Amino acid sequence: MNTHSISHPPAKGHGAKQQQALQDPNWVRWSLIAIALGFITLFICLPLGLVIYQALSKGIEAYWTALTQADTLAAIRLTLLVAIVTVPLNTLFGITAAWAITRFEFKGKSFLTTLIDLPFSVSPVISGFIFVLLFGAEGWFGKLLATYDIKIIFSAPGIILATLFVTFPFVARQLIPLMQEMGHQEEEAALSLGASGWKTFYSVTLPNIKWALLYGVLLCNARAMGEFGAVSVVSGHIRGLTNTLPLNVEVNYNDYDVVGAFASASILAGLAIVTLVLKTLLEWKQTSR
Amino acid sequence: MSHKSVMPGFRPTIGLTVLYLGLVVLIPLSTLVFESFKLSWDDYVHIITSKRVLSSFQVSFFAALIAAAVASVFGFITAWVLVRYSFFGKNIFHALIDLPFALPTAVAGIVLATIFQPSGFLGRLLNEFFGLQIAFKPIGIVIALIFISIPFVVRTVEPVLLEFESAMEEAGASLGATRLQVFTKIIFPNISPALLTGFALAFARGVGEYGSVIFIAGNIPYVSEIVPLLIVIKLEQYDIQGATAIALTMLVISFLLLLIINLLQFWVRKRSGQL
Amino acid sequence: MSIILSDISKNFGSFAALHNINLEVPEGELVALLGPSGCGKTTLLRIIAGLEHTDQGSVIINGENKTSQNVSQRGIGFVFQHYALFRHMTVFENVAFGLRVKPRHTRPSNEIIKKKVHALLDLVQLDWLHDRYPDQLSGGQRQRIALARALAVEPSVLLLDEPFGALDASVRKDLRLWLRNLHHDLNVTSIFVTHDQEEAMEVASQVVVLNHGHIEQQGSPSEIYDNPTNAFVSRFIGQTNVFDLDEHDNEWLRNVGIINANSTGRIAHVRPHDILIEKSESHQDATATLKDWQHLGALIRLELVKNDHHASKSLFAEMPKEQFKALALKIGDVVKLKIRHAHWFH
Ligand SMILES: Nc1ncnc2c1ncn2[C@@H]1O[C@H](COP(=O)(O)OP(=O)(O)OP(=O)(O)O)[C@@H](O)[C@H]1O
Ligand SMILES: [Mg+2]
Repeated sequence: MNTHSISHPPAKGHGAKQQQALQDPNWVRWSLIAIALGFITLFICLPLGLVIYQALSKGIEAYWTALTQADTLAAIRLTLLVAIVTVPLNTLFGITAAWAITRFEFKGKSFLTTLIDLPFSVSPVISGFIFVLLFGAEGWFGKLLATYDIKIIFSAPGIILATLFVTFPFVARQLIPLMQEMGHQEEEAALSLGASGWKTFYSVTLPNIKWALLYGVLLCNARAMGEFGAVSVVSGHIRGLTNTLPLNVEVNYNDYDVVGAFASASILAGLAIVTLVLKTLLEWKQTSR
Repeated sequence: MSHKSVMPGFRPTIGLTVLYLGLVVLIPLSTLVFESFKLSWDDYVHIITSKRVLSSFQVSFFAALIAAAVASVFGFITAWVLVRYSFFGKNIFHALIDLPFALPTAVAGIVLATIFQPSGFLGRLLNEFFGLQIAFKPIGIVIALIFISIPFVVRTVEPVLLEFESAMEEAGASLGATRLQVFTKIIFPNISPALLTGFALAFARGVGEYGSVIFIAGNIPYVSEIVPLLIVIKLEQYDIQGATAIALTMLVISFLLLLIINLLQFWVRKRSGQL
Repeated sequence: MSIILSDISKNFGSFAALHNINLEVPEGELVALLGPSGCGKTTLLRIIAGLEHTDQGSVIINGENKTSQNVSQRGIGFVFQHYALFRHMTVFENVAFGLRVKPRHTRPSNEIIKKKVHALLDLVQLDWLHDRYPDQLSGGQRQRIALARALAVEPSVLLLDEPFGALDASVRKDLRLWLRNLHHDLNVTSIFVTHDQEEAMEVASQVVVLNHGHIEQQGSPSEIYDNPTNAFVSRFIGQTNVFDLDEHDNEWLRNVGIINANSTGRIAHVRPHDILIEKSESHQDATATLKDWQHLGALIRLELVKNDHHASKSLFAEMPKEQFKALALKIGDVVKLKIRHAHWFH
């Protein structure tokens, strides 16, 4: 990251006063850095370090045992399943929505864009609750589902639906501003050279949006694997069956199984760190283009 | 709908978008609205004005407000430092800002609770030196929400600060302004809409936050019980009506906040000449 | 291939960008679409290309009605104002793109594609850049690559939107000549957009002057210059002195020979080089005073003010440098004017 404040030429004579007005005094500079770093250390570095510390507090062996418990393994499997279903669906949606919104003019376009962002502003608990209202035992389709013996709430489909809702906007939100800014000239050039719509998308649009797309997928995946509130409402917390990793963290924590809770938490923290590393790499890729 | 573009794929993409949006978002959300029609107005008022519900709204709003304000101050400083200065390890700090986005809220919740509980690392220190207890008190909620709020503020302010034209500062300086004057009269007025947006985003998120709060809050009715938790409790007691009434109120508030945020962002873009 | 546009209209919302455009471009011509900014040049070009739909009228290329045909089927070559090169592809791949996206049964083999692309790159004299990316090229190079890319599909017509718009003056001059020669060699029917009248006159075999969404005049450069059909064209093409009978002293106009036996209309346009100047000794018959003069290369431009009580606008005359020297004029000298030729409009 470039800062403009460091590259000023040395000040001289009359310029010195102007230079003072352009640069923060050293004491301000250092105290601001200290405040910022202190704040970030307290609120971000410390919690991150603590996950690892707590997970290993009873030794590596206890950690490993906690990780390989049947319930934890089941939670990992369910979490992966949820991500495998929701991320591709929302990616596909994100691409089509971004194409429709950025490549055409139509009435209600900005309204549609706002609607796509809607799930971000809904409390996670409500995001789960609405699916209980739809598919719960007392819900709209509760009776119907019961007669066919289909379980949605308190089972994987409910968890997947709630996660779909929560992670709905991630990909679209990354792509829309980028594709807006890109304009359509390159695509028009491809079309004028005889390329079909698919070919144009595949060989001209996609290469230009791929990093932003990956970025969106990454964030979508992190949220899909880590969502707690919405999933907690629809899951029923059945150990070994409907607990995702975040729910497993909660269940263990409430049972005073600190190592168990932090063992699961450490996987999620690892996921978060991987996400951040990839995210930083992708940001570099995007800006270096 | 009018489309007169040579770009291919309008019908399938708009069709799929609207269909998927409807199935995944709009229909589920609308059930909340339809469900609430089962309530009479009196029932609704009765539920919402019960003391426990009102206190929970109070707790949620105040905590979110204070947290967003604190995060705005420190987030602004952080963004400033990250954009304007260079120092050792800056890139790592820069990447870490997004941790609250990436770390599942349940993990954040148990970690913060562990740090701030009376026997925890910071909890003990604060207790010994200041006689201050944070966990299981409303202030614990604030702490959790500050954690959640940081990236909203930093990530909203940062791009504006980055694009801020140093020529404006130079013009101010050439006209004889001091550094403080340049900051208060030139930089801050240009950044403040973004800061306000960051504040609003953080606030909106804080009001609805659940996972990171419930572990540290203690969840004492009337004192440190947040609205989302109350919805869950009502649901666990099979009080669908109560849950619906509270959830609908929350939803309406969220939409109002969304509207305000959109207006703010519109204003930011307009001021920065992007419209 | 010939292009016929009949009765084309295009609205953006309530704004009429083009109305009732009728235009015929014979095979092999190099036509310039000329007009002030916002007059609809790009819009018209995009309609011919099929990048924009018409509200009304038809586009006929080589006798085939192409109005409702998709841009990817029209077989035109389009060079975009800002080139629109594919940023993620090398120069070679950019030029090869049109060949690679052909349906399998008409797609040339890799060998042929390679030969063809290199031939095209040779044609635009940039084969040595074939493995560079677009952002490693200069503006002029990008422009030529964009042209090579459009030519790769052997288009029936070539459309260029302000091909030299983003380049600096000297590069423009070079490329103009180059485009003219290239067109001469390839002989593909071409239309290019420009708002630079000099460029249009220099490069094109036919010039179409557009204003406010309709065609003001069409013809060869000399036709348009020598016989503008209306005041707009006359003023837009080259420098012109404007004399309005309502504003000017008719006596003075008659004296300098603007008004004569066959003058019709109310407004006279006089080209700077149609004003002849003689040095005048007596103030009696003098008709103007030299206010200032400037070098325009081989020509000298003289700024003159009329010698009557209305201190009116300056008029401009041009003469070769040698002649100016011979006259030995100084600022403030009084001169006698003789107008050789004027265009009259209503
Ligand atoms: N997509 C659009 N929506 C609305 N108005 C448009 C659109 N495209 C062009 N216009 C309007 O149509 C008119 C003609 O535009 P066009 O781009 O054809 O002008 P031009 O002659 O190419 O100008 P320039 O020389 O500046 O490129 C302009 O007034 C423009 O504002
Ligand atoms: Mg144009």
